[in-house]
Amino acid sequence: MMAQATLRLFVTGGTPLSAAAVARLRELEQQLPPDYLSAEIIDVLQNPDFAEADRVLATPTLIRLSPLPMIRLVGDLESVDRLMQLLDLLQTPPQVN
Amino acid sequence: MSTNRPDRVEKLATGIEGLDLIGEGGIPKGRTTLVAGTAGSAKTVLAAQFLASGIETSGESGVFVTFEESPDDIRQNMQSLGWPIVEWERAGKWVFVDGSPQPQETILAGGFDLSALMARVQHSIRKVSASRVSLDSLGAVFSQLPHASTVRWELFRLSTTLKEMGVTALMTAERSDEYGPISRHGVEEFVADNVIILRNTMDEGKRRRTMEILKFRGAMHQKGEYAFTVIPDSGIAVIPLSAIQLKQRSSNIRIHSGNDELNKMCGGGFFRDSILLVTGATGCGKTLMTTEFIRGGAERNERCLLFAFEESRDQLFRNAEGWGVDFERMEGEGRLRVICSYPETCGLEDHLIHMKKVIEEFRPNRLAVDSLSALERVGNLKAYREFVVALTSFIKHKEIAGLFTATTPTLMGGSSVTEAHISTITDSIILLRYVEIMGEMRRGLTVLKMRGSAHDKNIREFTIDATGMHIGKAFRNVSGIISGFPRQVLAGEMERLGEMFEDDPE
Repeated sequence: MMAQATLRLFVTGGTPLSAAAVARLRELEQQLPPDYLSAEIIDVLQNPDFAEADRVLATPTLIRLSPLPMIRLVGDLESVDRLMQLLDLLQTPPQVN
Repeated sequence: MSTNRPDRVEKLATGIEGLDLIGEGGIPKGRTTLVAGTAGSAKTVLAAQFLASGIETSGESGVFVTFEESPDDIRQNMQSLGWPIVEWERAGKWVFVDGSPQPQETILAGGFDLSALMARVQHSIRKVSASRVSLDSLGAVFSQLPHASTVRWELFRLSTTLKEMGVTALMTAERSDEYGPISRHGVEEFVADNVIILRNTMDEGKRRRTMEILKFRGAMHQKGEYAFTVIPDSGIAVIPLSAIQLKQRSSNIRIHSGNDELNKMCGGGFFRDSILLVTGATGCGKTLMTTEFIRGGAERNERCLLFAFEESRDQLFRNAEGWGVDFERMEGEGRLRVICSYPETCGLEDHLIHMKKVIEEFRPNRLAVDSLSALERVGNLKAYREFVVALTSFIKHKEIAGLFTATTPTLMGGSSVTEAHISTITDSIILLRYVEIMGEMRRGLTVLKMRGSAHDKNIREFTIDATGMHIGKAFRNVSGIISGFPRQVLAGEMERLGEMFEDDPE
């Protein structure tokens, strides 16, 4: 099954803000059906060229590549509920097993 | 004022005309300098020129971080200033860090930092071994990421990082008022060490651009506002008026004034590197004196340059012919160049730049400006004064003899703005005046001042015919010519006056 949503998260090494954002992303993956989400994490210190290509200034920056339109979330993503709401990924809350 | 005290902070010569002079060597090396200015004050041009002149003059590479315009816009806009950015990018001399707003919606969700920007800037600096970095403009970061205190702190971190990397950086920032707070968003709080302010003010209906170095921490610089202009094909040029050092030599070599009798009056001719001011009412012989000055040079195989602001080329050539001087032939033989332009075609700064350029190209021995006072109406008084000082010091520096004319506003007597402002910088002043005697207009001439030389103090009558100016005898029985109220002194009175002084008791 093709992923329903593609995300790209830019972080800076293991700073608290970046670590928090990564944790939220992992939480989000847990809450969504398997394979629903395809997410990659890019460390700007390792790959500044990728940050250049996407013109990223701030970290953490989460880019929703799909579904379109693309949107950007800048910040440590606060909470998973807020993240879900902002990304507008599912119309209905996911089923908890 | 310049001192020989060594600066604690090393300077980096920017290569930008004039800026290195008012910065007394450049801008602080390895530091960040804030350039603050209102919209349209040429901040982006300065930021780009800082990199461009690094590449052109010293082969230093640069990183341009843009937060506002896209790199494409900058490439295109700067082409008109003669900077082949695309070529430089290919040669690895110039690299963009594109921080311009992207079209996607951006939502702030929690705490962030600008590490991505920092990583990109650092990466680009290393990639091309850059020593210069421009960031344009910081205000746009605040509008992209509306969390001012974080952005401010992060930009502070960025400037610290740049300092650690040893690069010299220019950051631009917006101001809302020409004479208000240094910048919006309190940017100066974190790059407060060095601040340059660009102004674009409206003064008596004329645009005037100025640059002021507000502070260079731990380093010397010139104070106050300096006019600058943006020239197509080369960018910003600052006109450093009071920064000009009075170091020109002065020589005792005399040059021919173009008129034998005037030569005698001046004690043997003008000095080679002196500035001469000829003032008088309209039609009383200033252009003639200019023409003779040129003839005097051209006949002695000197190169002469004439800037005319009042008459057209045809008029000038016809006038000269009327006095027996062949400008056409002189020009053909390469001894003369005549440049006519309307004073109003551009601002004083542009006139100055243009004149300097022509002087550099033609390398004249003599320069005449007819009339200098025609330029009075182009700018305000301050700008005009600066223009005159800059021009005179430039030609003195080049050891060129200069003859400037100034038209007095009144027919009889009188003085002009030009006289009032440049008389102290001129070495010699010649007054041409109408003299009304018994209902007849006659012309008088006097050498008012001749620095470093004895001269004839009489007011001499002169006539004009097809061979030029003929200086005759002194007006013996008229007084009040210079003040514009000629009064005939009766013969009896003359005698009495004569007796008063001649009766020397023995």
